[in-house]
Amino acid sequence: MIIQKTYTRFFVLLCILLAILFCINISLGSVHISIQETFKSLVGTASKSSWQYIITQYRVPKAITAIITGGGLAISGLLMQTLFRNPLAGPFVLGLSSGASLGVAILILGAGALGGVLSSVLMSSWSLVIASALGSFLVLLAVLAVTFKIKDTMAILIIGLMFGSLTGAVVAVLSYFSNAEQLQQFIFWSFGSLGNQSWEGVAILSMCFFVGLIISIGSAKALNALLLGENYAKSMGLKIKNNMLLIILATSILAGGITAFVGPIAFIGLAVPHVTRQFIKTSNHFVLIPGVAISGAILMLICDTIAQLPGTQYTLPINAITSLIGAPVVIWLLTRRRKLIF
Amino acid sequence: MAMKTKHTVISCQDLSIGYHSKKKTTLIAKDISFSIAEGTLVAMVGSNGIGKSTLIKTLTAMLPAISGSIQIKGKETTAYSTLERSSKLSVVLTEAPASKNLSVIELVSLGRQPHTNWMGTLSRQDKDKIHEALNDTDLTALAHRNCFELSDGQLQRAYIARALAQDTPLIILDEPTTHLDLYHRASIVKLLKKLTEEKNKTIVYSTHEIDLAIQISDKMLVMTPNQIAFDTPCNLIEQGAFDILFPNEIVVFDKKTGRFSVT
Repeated sequence: MIIQKTYTRFFVLLCILLAILFCINISLGSVHISIQETFKSLVGTASKSSWQYIITQYRVPKAITAIITGGGLAISGLLMQTLFRNPLAGPFVLGLSSGASLGVAILILGAGALGGVLSSVLMSSWSLVIASALGSFLVLLAVLAVTFKIKDTMAILIIGLMFGSLTGAVVAVLSYFSNAEQLQQFIFWSFGSLGNQSWEGVAILSMCFFVGLIISIGSAKALNALLLGENYAKSMGLKIKNNMLLIILATSILAGGITAFVGPIAFIGLAVPHVTRQFIKTSNHFVLIPGVAISGAILMLICDTIAQLPGTQYTLPINAITSLIGAPVVIWLLTRRRKLIF
Repeated sequence: MAMKTKHTVISCQDLSIGYHSKKKTTLIAKDISFSIAEGTLVAMVGSNGIGKSTLIKTLTAMLPAISGSIQIKGKETTAYSTLERSSKLSVVLTEAPASKNLSVIELVSLGRQPHTNWMGTLSRQDKDKIHEALNDTDLTALAHRNCFELSDGQLQRAYIARALAQDTPLIILDEPTTHLDLYHRASIVKLLKKLTEEKNKTIVYSTHEIDLAIQISDKMLVMTPNQIAFDTPCNLIEQGAFDILFPNEIVVFDKKTGRFSVT
């Protein structure tokens, strides 16, 4: 009898799909560049230097950002669903994204008050990441603290929602007292955007992703034990508190870091783990973590390709596209299985 | 007697159990002392709210004892690290696992966690233990079913199989026979009996099935508000331990048949 099925073929297929979508994604945009020219640009022999610039400085960083965003949010969603024993958990639902928004809002809208040199120091990519990760970390800790007191999964979701409203209100107050320029900057950030990332930004984003990924993989055994609940996990020798803290840390770095760069992105974290479970019939996190990461990246690339409205010069907010695709997927899963199980 | 040469697996001395909170300590039961030898099946009975679950939580170190000592294999339970304890004691709880999507074999494989590396890689020996556990609980045919597809009886066997895969000398079960019909209740208890006889496991379980427990258990722990008696079922009947188990006005214990009947 086979105890651990191998999913090698499935993973190879997913990776090929990812590569194809990556190529499609970078060959499409408001400026028409043919497939051949796209590849030439990648190796540095494009006919026009402007094409070369568009591909290497705009489209490739954007596509990589999409892959990291999709993969990272999907992993953080998976971790939260296991941690909270709740199929509806995800970075957006539990208020992590709002926590990250609050961190960013305080930074962007509050920086004006400090003014001058200090505000330019504060506005570096790193401080944005730290503020955002810190915001989501605090919200997650608060939600978890309440979870320890109230063991009701429904209550956890409501509390996540309440934290969302609370941080939303604080953001509103902050907006009221800030000037138009800062407000615009914040609003654009909150629409979510994969574009306009410098290679430096992509590097920082990748670092957050890999740190989060490594901690997640390191916690996979603990996550498997947590599938049975805390008491069983403890009876099997798991140090609950240390492991939970590590899982929360990974989730905050992933969700917080990504949200800092691309803004709050809805539904990827919630929907992708469920979609992936339709194909990978296992609960083993050593298989699920890479599985959801690649699926999330694929879905995000698709969303981004749609958001660019190929052939036109318009770009839709990415957040709207992920919701347009994510919400029906969740509804479809619910009606099909009558129950979201994890 | 043969019993005397057997090693003690778990013992309690003057144990008081209850809940600690910041404001006060709620004492639920006190003066609990017993000693259980290897290969013994012990049933824990008592009316609702008498503290069976609290005692199980205390024995399994989920809840700290208020006073007194609990020793597993001659060492205080609190002196074990979580990992060390997990190779001595496995549990079957009343709470269902958080995930419903696990297959039986995945559930049972999780029982090997204390013995595997950080990746949870299953060695030849681990796989053998898993198959042995599935075989002992008669679940080999259902190994690849998902837990939500199983009946309550099969599910209970799967939880027991997970505890068996953990490969501990002591297994503690909290009401393993609730929600089951008579046939499945009896088959679970017979399975536990078989495990104590054939695998030399020490098994403690709480139950409301007093008739069944009297017939099949080696020892019983009878919890009443004033005293906690621990002995063989026959001796307990002699001592009249079951007569004071419930208030007398509705059910009475018949010493001859070993059953309760409605007055």
